Amino acid sequence: MFDLDRWNEIWNALAKNKVRSLLTAFGVFWGIFMLIVMAGAGKGLQNGVTQGTAKFAANSAFFWSEQTGEPYKGFKRGRYWHMDSEDIQFLKDNIPEIEYITPRNFTGRWGGGSNVIRGKKNGSFNVKGDYPDYIKIDPATILNGRWINELDIRDKRKVCVIGEKVFESMFDPKENPIGEYLKISGVYYQVIGVVRAETTININGRTEESICLPFTTMLQTYNMGNTVNFMAITAKRGVPVSIVEERVKELIKKKHVIAPEDLQALNSVNIEKEFEQMNGLFLGIQILTWIVGIGTLLAGVIGVSNIMLVIIKERTKEIGVQRAIGATPRMIISQIMLESVVLTTVSGYLGLSIGVGLLELVNKVMENSPTPTNDRVFFTNPSVSLTVALSSLFVLVLAGLLAGLIPASRAMQIKPIDALREE
Amino acid sequence: MIQIRDLHKSYEMGHNSLHVLKGLHLDIEEGEFVSIMGSSGSGKSTLLNILGILDDYDRGTYYLGGKLIQGLNETKAALTRNEMIGFIFQSFNLISFKNAMENVALPLYYQKISRKKRNQIALEYLDRLGLKEWAHHLPSELSGGQKQRVAIARALISQPRIILADEPTGALDSATSLEVMEILKEINDQGKTVILVTHEHDIAAMTKKIIKLKDGVIEEVIKNGELLAFKNRVSTE
Ligand SMILES: Nc1ncnc2c1ncn2[C@@H]1O[C@H](COP(=O)(O)OP(=O)(O)OP(=O)(O)O)[C@@H](O)[C@H]1O
Ligand SMILES: [Mg+2]
Repeated sequence: MFDLDRWNEIWNALAKNKVRSLLTAFGVFWGIFMLIVMAGAGKGLQNGVTQGTAKFAANSAFFWSEQTGEPYKGFKRGRYWHMDSEDIQFLKDNIPEIEYITPRNFTGRWGGGSNVIRGKKNGSFNVKGDYPDYIKIDPATILNGRWINELDIRDKRKVCVIGEKVFESMFDPKENPIGEYLKISGVYYQVIGVVRAETTININGRTEESICLPFTTMLQTYNMGNTVNFMAITAKRGVPVSIVEERVKELIKKKHVIAPEDLQALNSVNIEKEFEQMNGLFLGIQILTWIVGIGTLLAGVIGVSNIMLVIIKERTKEIGVQRAIGATPRMIISQIMLESVVLTTVSGYLGLSIGVGLLELVNKVMENSPTPTNDRVFFTNPSVSLTVALSSLFVLVLAGLLAGLIPASRAMQIKPIDALREE
Repeated sequence: MIQIRDLHKSYEMGHNSLHVLKGLHLDIEEGEFVSIMGSSGSGKSTLLNILGILDDYDRGTYYLGGKLIQGLNETKAALTRNEMIGFIFQSFNLISFKNAMENVALPLYYQKISRKKRNQIALEYLDRLGLKEWAHHLPSELSGGQKQRVAIARALISQPRIILADEPTGALDSATSLEVMEILKEINDQGKTVILVTHEHDIAAMTKKIIKLKDGVIEEVIKNGELLAFKNRVSTE
């Protein structure tokens, strides 16, 4: 097998039909190349999206109110309503499956102009009101200081936690923001922490560009009464959040006199469901990749087989002569099989390397491109695993053998006597 | 060397069967120089192919060097051919993408002799046939006579005991034919059995024994001593 002569023979046979060998090789090359690039791109997309969401509590759901969609008990459709602070305790008391439940309020940056001032610096940021538990549902890294705590809530302290971007635009890089004051919509708040989001999901604006106040402080300073804009919950371990989601809707609708069949009044997102959909999507992409890739590869292999068959036909006489002067069937078969394997493996290996090379290149370019620190792209680290690469190489050798099988058996059917007979 | 008894061979073609060899007896001793003659379609090539184990037969027995040649599998047949028999064809049958030396060396490749060694041996054989300068030429760059000499070198290189040649001079002009026959005669003088098929009486007359095929059996065997008479006879015919 590793005898130089054998390789020489193979090289001779392939080099003699350069164009055809190249065309055939290209079929296999293209098949593997496509497979690798598609698999890599799919993986990249998956990496990007899952990295952006992985930290998010998977068993969480989020609720917010909209105008009612159905008339009910004397109320017209299109009524404005909102959840309130009592709802939170009410839900906690009535749904034991709830693990965390936190309200969140916000003021937008609408209205234009900047709402945050510090000395000569000013900016326009989302302001949110949060409970300590919020960070357990939508995790954030605390870069400096601390997050909102129970005392902040109880005493309605005028403190705030700022996003990374807020720090960057309101402070000098070397400055320690903790203990400093920011004037937000006319009121001074002391900075207690700086955070960076761990997810790409954003709820009313990115965490990086937000300022979080204690929920109770916000209610008071913004005159919100006991309004709750938004509510986040997580289900206890082992309980599907969908069930809790339904329960919450049912109870809230009842409490606020909303038609049970009203689908619009209380809107929600269920992360579990989103994850499932996303996973389904990725599975679909993966399956599609492999189907298309293997299809292309198969076409390449069939091409090799076909070419080999033609070559065998052309070489009938040559094979006959070889047989007449002492080549055993085994020698002929192994020769043809090896030619086939060499053709598919070499071209496939090329496709593999160039495909992987391309992915690496994309990676490099993406790493070096000057994207702002936290503008995460939904496409990260496109790559194929070693297993995929190795198994496709294995598939290649197998494919080569397979492709050689028909031509080789055809060659075996050539009797030397038939091959040598004059036309 | 060769002993054939009651040999039958027919070709099946659809529903028809063509009975070509019909109970043929033949004995050839080691070192003989034999030509097979007969009209076209009389079965000369068929017989030669059976002798060369390129084809099998239906009935009878064929002993080659004391070994019964019957129902050999392809591998055994190939090995026996490689070891015992050298072939020379009318149309040379050189491999077009190999040069003269590589063509000659090919049988040794099947014997797994190293490249260097077999090329060296091939060069020796080419030298003996006066083709040393042509060793690195492709067949397409050689004349018919040169090609046939390359083919002869290839037949000889595995040092077979028998040389089988189907109309070795069929594609050559008469001067070149004579050259080739001289070479075959030399080979025979060195002790090898040479069996050739030919249409030409001149060629046949250069051998030591002529076997005439007719209707699937041997019609006549003309031995060395009778060759002169044979020559006279054909010249008056
Ligand atoms: N493979 C085959 N299938 C069917 N018929 C065949 C086959 N080979 C040979 N024949 C027939 O057998 C007969 C003998 O053929 P063969 O080739 O032995 O003749 P030959 O004596 O060599 O003739 P020539 O002098 O023309 O070469 C012919 O009639 C030929 O048509
Ligand atoms: Mg013939």
